[in-house]
Amino acid sequence: MEETGIGIWGVPLAIFAGAIRVSTPFIFVSLGEAITERSGRINLGLEGTLVFGAMTAYAVAVITGSPTLGVLAAMVAGAIFGLIHGWICKFPKVNDIAIGIAMMQFGLGMAFFLGKSFIQPVAPKLPSIALGGWSSTPQIQAALNINVLFFIGAALALFLFWAFKNTRIGLILRVVGDSTDAARAMGIHPDRVRLLATAAGGSLAAIGGAYLSLYYPGSWNEGISSGQGLMAVALVIFARWNPIGCFLAALLFGGAGALGPALQSVGVTQGYYLFYAAPYVLTLVILIATSSPTRSLAGAPGALSLTK
Amino acid sequence: MTIEADNPAIAIVEKPASLRAVLEWIARRAEPVVIGLAAILIGLALFSLFILAVGKSPATLFQLMYTGGFGSWFSVQNSLSRAAPLLLTALCVALPARLGLVIIGGEGAVVLGGVAAAAMALPLAGTAPVFLTLILMAIAAMVVGGIWIGLAGFLRHYRGVNETISSLLLSYIAIALMNQFVEGLLRDPASLNKPSTRPLPAEYMLGNIPGMDVHWGLVIGILACVVSWIVIEATSYGFAARIAGGNVRAAQIQGLPVGKLIVGFTALAGSFAGLAGMIEVAAVQGSANASLAAGYGYTGILVAFLARHNPLAIIPVAILLGGIDASGGLIQRRMGLPDATVLVLQGTLFIVILFCETFYGRFKIFNPDLWKRSL
Repeated sequence: MEETGIGIWGVPLAIFAGAIRVSTPFIFVSLGEAITERSGRINLGLEGTLVFGAMTAYAVAVITGSPTLGVLAAMVAGAIFGLIHGWICKFPKVNDIAIGIAMMQFGLGMAFFLGKSFIQPVAPKLPSIALGGWSSTPQIQAALNINVLFFIGAALALFLFWAFKNTRIGLILRVVGDSTDAARAMGIHPDRVRLLATAAGGSLAAIGGAYLSLYYPGSWNEGISSGQGLMAVALVIFARWNPIGCFLAALLFGGAGALGPALQSVGVTQGYYLFYAAPYVLTLVILIATSSPTRSLAGAPGALSLTK
Repeated sequence: MTIEADNPAIAIVEKPASLRAVLEWIARRAEPVVIGLAAILIGLALFSLFILAVGKSPATLFQLMYTGGFGSWFSVQNSLSRAAPLLLTALCVALPARLGLVIIGGEGAVVLGGVAAAAMALPLAGTAPVFLTLILMAIAAMVVGGIWIGLAGFLRHYRGVNETISSLLLSYIAIALMNQFVEGLLRDPASLNKPSTRPLPAEYMLGNIPGMDVHWGLVIGILACVVSWIVIEATSYGFAARIAGGNVRAAQIQGLPVGKLIVGFTALAGSFAGLAGMIEVAAVQGSANASLAAGYGYTGILVAFLARHNPLAIIPVAILLGGIDASGGLIQRRMGLPDATVLVLQGTLFIVILFCETFYGRFKIFNPDLWKRSL
């Protein structure tokens, strides 16, 4: 293809670039959900948190002129959403999956309500690092123009992987997630740990939202998220509650999502919309292949209502 | 002469006992009503605080909400029209919930049901009789919707895949499939800005109920709720499903066909959501297009939970939410509030009502068992 300049190699390059660009929100939301689920609770409301985080980050960045402050404000807002979810779920007979759906609706409503006046103004964008400076091909330069949050997400995945295994906090989190009774016997307050884990998860999900509004696609509107927050729940199961797995799964997701646009750019338009379904089909197939009616999923926290 | 008849003390004891039975019956029935209403009031109070915080009057808002939803015959008809798809999508959540399953992917069944109905109608419209065409459209929509949600039930029982996640994934896949059909194979070349299938001829549309400006979808939805209620409350299938929902292991030991129940109930649930899609195509849109994914599936989750998964309770709740939905435009115009105001109210109510689940069985007054022990 002449327009693309680098011919058929444009497809893998576009998928690679797309994977990095699209995966960042998935990385943060799924790492957040991994922390929450490791503590034995599930938060389906992260979709609402993500969108509210996107709105907060955009609004604060518009007002203060600083995208960094926007991200921080989003983190605070996300933590508050997590605290509400965590506090409500500690009461007996409250279904955490249903509360998640309710929190999602509440978060979306609040974001659309408060964010109405920020659809027009333009916010400063988050910085990115140009790793493609060595190349003279503009496509390669564009593909290697990577946002700082991607690197932070990657580092966070490594850190969490290490922390779950090697720190006291990681141990407490895992004990609470595996058995509420064992945690109580150790003198840990399971509700308190879950509350904090849900708050941390919400805070990370909101960073994912901030990336959406402040970098890619880089504007605030009501259709900003296409289910990234909800998909994170599937992603975490797919990644077996392992932070590095979450990172790789998010990349795979991003790549699968970039498949359609990449193929379209070289003239393959047949079944274009079906490629949008690729990440979901992939997750479903892997879930089916690895699940079993007789045993719980390998690596699943014992107290998680999702896997019981 | 028996001793009881002679002894006045025994007769006195008997009388309060039957009165007590009546009181106990009332107390048990009153619990969901009182807690539910209290939850709605708390939710409205919290929402009022929010409205006050953004500098508007909650009183004006509630008044407008009443006017827009139920204040005139016109607005009542509008609310009823909006309730129609919610009745069916709420059943898609409520029926599996009786088996202990949380299905949140009803939107996918709505969308595919709509596409199936349109695909069925396209070759028939203009040649086949109207009634037959509509019946075939409904069947196609129900079969496709039933397969879609039934698949989530099947995967749950036979593969151990969590139904909440799989139904969600299936719903995203369904929306992609719809886009592919509407933009590709079934696209009407005349639909430029908004890709759609070819429109149904006007005489093939599902008309209005005589004397009202509400389409037949409302009647279909109410019938579906009544049928579901009968299936759950009065048939052996419903009884078996409730047992399996309470304790799967106990149901299996009793020899109940848990797998068939799960697949059957999820398929029935999905077929109702599919029917909602057919009604959207045949009564509102006139063709299948992206408007099918309007969020009815998600609002249906809220309706089902508010109704505590009782098919009859779904009817008033869906009409109430239809009314809240219908009043959104009026609030937007008169008070200058964003259209998302309704979404905030729905979210707040939803959270408070789920939170209040924790109070069931805690109050002595509603629980005759606790009552007896204390007396």
